[in-house]
Amino acid sequence: MNYPVIKGTAYALIHTPTLLVHMGTTQTVERQAHPDSEYLKLVPERLRSFEDTVNYAPNQVYIGNNHPSSLKDVPMPWWQNSLENAERDGKYGEIMPEDEFLGLVKIVDSFDLVLLEESFLEEIKPKLAEHPLFDENDLKRLGKGTALSEVENQIKNNKAEALYIGEKVVGCVKRAHETDQSLTAHIMTENLVAKASGTLAFKHLIVKNDLDVKDVEYIIECSEEACGDMNQRGGGNFAKAIGEMVGAVNATGADMRSFCAGPAHTMVAAAALVQAGVYKNVVVVAGGATAKLGMNGRDHVKKDMPLLEDNLGAFAVMIGQNDGVNPIIRTDIVGRHVIGSGSAPQAVMQALVLDPLQRADLTIPEIEMYAAELQNPDVTVPAGAGDVPQANYKMIAALAVMKQMLESSDVATFGDKHGMPGFAPTQGHIPSGVPFLGHARDMMLAGDLKNAMIIGKGSLFLARLTNLFDGVSFVIEANTGLKEEEVGLDKEQVRDMIAEAMREFANSLSK
Amino acid sequence: MDLENQARIKTLAEELGAENLLVILGGAEAEAAGLAAETVSAGDPTFAGPLAGVSLGLSVYHIVEDEIKSLCDAAVYEEQIGMMEMVLDVDAIKEEVSSIREQYSKF
Repeated sequence: MNYPVIKGTAYALIHTPTLLVHMGTTQTVERQAHPDSEYLKLVPERLRSFEDTVNYAPNQVYIGNNHPSSLKDVPMPWWQNSLENAERDGKYGEIMPEDEFLGLVKIVDSFDLVLLEESFLEEIKPKLAEHPLFDENDLKRLGKGTALSEVENQIKNNKAEALYIGEKVVGCVKRAHETDQSLTAHIMTENLVAKASGTLAFKHLIVKNDLDVKDVEYIIECSEEACGDMNQRGGGNFAKAIGEMVGAVNATGADMRSFCAGPAHTMVAAAALVQAGVYKNVVVVAGGATAKLGMNGRDHVKKDMPLLEDNLGAFAVMIGQNDGVNPIIRTDIVGRHVIGSGSAPQAVMQALVLDPLQRADLTIPEIEMYAAELQNPDVTVPAGAGDVPQANYKMIAALAVMKQMLESSDVATFGDKHGMPGFAPTQGHIPSGVPFLGHARDMMLAGDLKNAMIIGKGSLFLARLTNLFDGVSFVIEANTGLKEEEVGLDKEQVRDMIAEAMREFANSLSK
Repeated sequence: MDLENQARIKTLAEELGAENLLVILGGAEAEAAGLAAETVSAGDPTFAGPLAGVSLGLSVYHIVEDEIKSLCDAAVYEEQIGMMEMVLDVDAIKEEVSSIREQYSKF
């Protein structure tokens, strides 16, 4: 089979401590219920600086400057053992500071909803002018600043969502309709942030991988936000909105959702579209979620930690036709948690890991690396949710033991050999396997990795429509080069084949 | 514990009577399982949900505890829970949940 390939990946983080305070649901819910709570008073003291977040070891892995295995050498808690002089620029993307990002939110605003205060705009203009991803057209979209009095008027009298840096108001996002509950200022801020962060990842995808954006024919966006109005709350379409911002003029697109499993579903769909020849190049992209900023903040404050969930996460992947070089997506080794699978962890793992491998005559240990739910344990362990990637490795190993593919004594070490420490921000859809694609691609191009399984899992009960669990997995493999039949037949071969067929036909007539 | 689940348990206890209800937990971590056990017996320790300050005193067990395991069909248990028994820190979960039960369960 002529499998599709991963032509490039990009990963971006955006350090947004102020959005954490004003947009993260843990904080907004607390502010509504207990505006004077002790927790809310402590939050500002526990926010990290931009330098701290750049030097934070898992973040450097996410943007590609360090390999996931490097985290094994950093003692935990990682927030107490920062790297030194780490770079904001990454091999796969970058870590962007909040002030520049608010500028980007303004750049991607197509409906004049974002107002930035005059002096703030003048402050960030030169920073964005220096940024290698933004050109004159982008800077023009920043427009002119707005007087502070008008920004304050919009916040006070017109229900605009305030934008801050620290304690200072630097702008606002206006509501997009007077009465439509799907177009409130808060929801528009969430959606503009998802659009802006997705745009950042997409721009890095093109630049860092030296791709031509005009080659993109389709875009699928797979974040967890919903954009639309009161008549179609999730009508869409982030994909096309982001594509417009990066100049993907030959592409159309649509959004795909399945909570944290969204990206895995989307990768499989994109691979299938390319393999079927419907589109030559498909980009999978997702922006970040403001709602999840500081999600476990209460536990972190209780345990005297900084609020580590201070970064939006974004990624983008380009899938294209087989070039004989880039890693292939084995569209014939796809795991799916079906409606009849059952939701016990054992049933989930059977459906996602064992079933697809057995269909391909493979055993669990034959897959060299597994990437499932790569949540950063520095964040989840203090919040009582455990080390999620390690739990997954233990479950995969235990399943292998039950099927006599592994000795029970190997369960404890399976994660060291076939897994990696979690390094992704807890942004819902972001951790689910896909953050490893960039590293896996590099390892495969260097001949250091033969295959890997990417696993996405989602909790559908959160939407209160079904109690079903969800998950999708797929296998990627190092490319062994184009086979002759994939290259195509030359004229000489075709002539020989026709001649042979004619001879056989003539013989059959003479019998 | 999820706020919606707290509301569902509270309603069930009101409808059926707390003495007629038993909660079986499946949480993967001793700490999280302990918090859930505390929520349905002593009340929500985070004071965030409908069970804040409401001590239902429900009887609460984890699925890996022997009292529950012995009631299950062995083949079904193996199929549904066998793999997780290998993965979880079963002793820590048993200790945590039974300690909460002994302190706060009234039934």
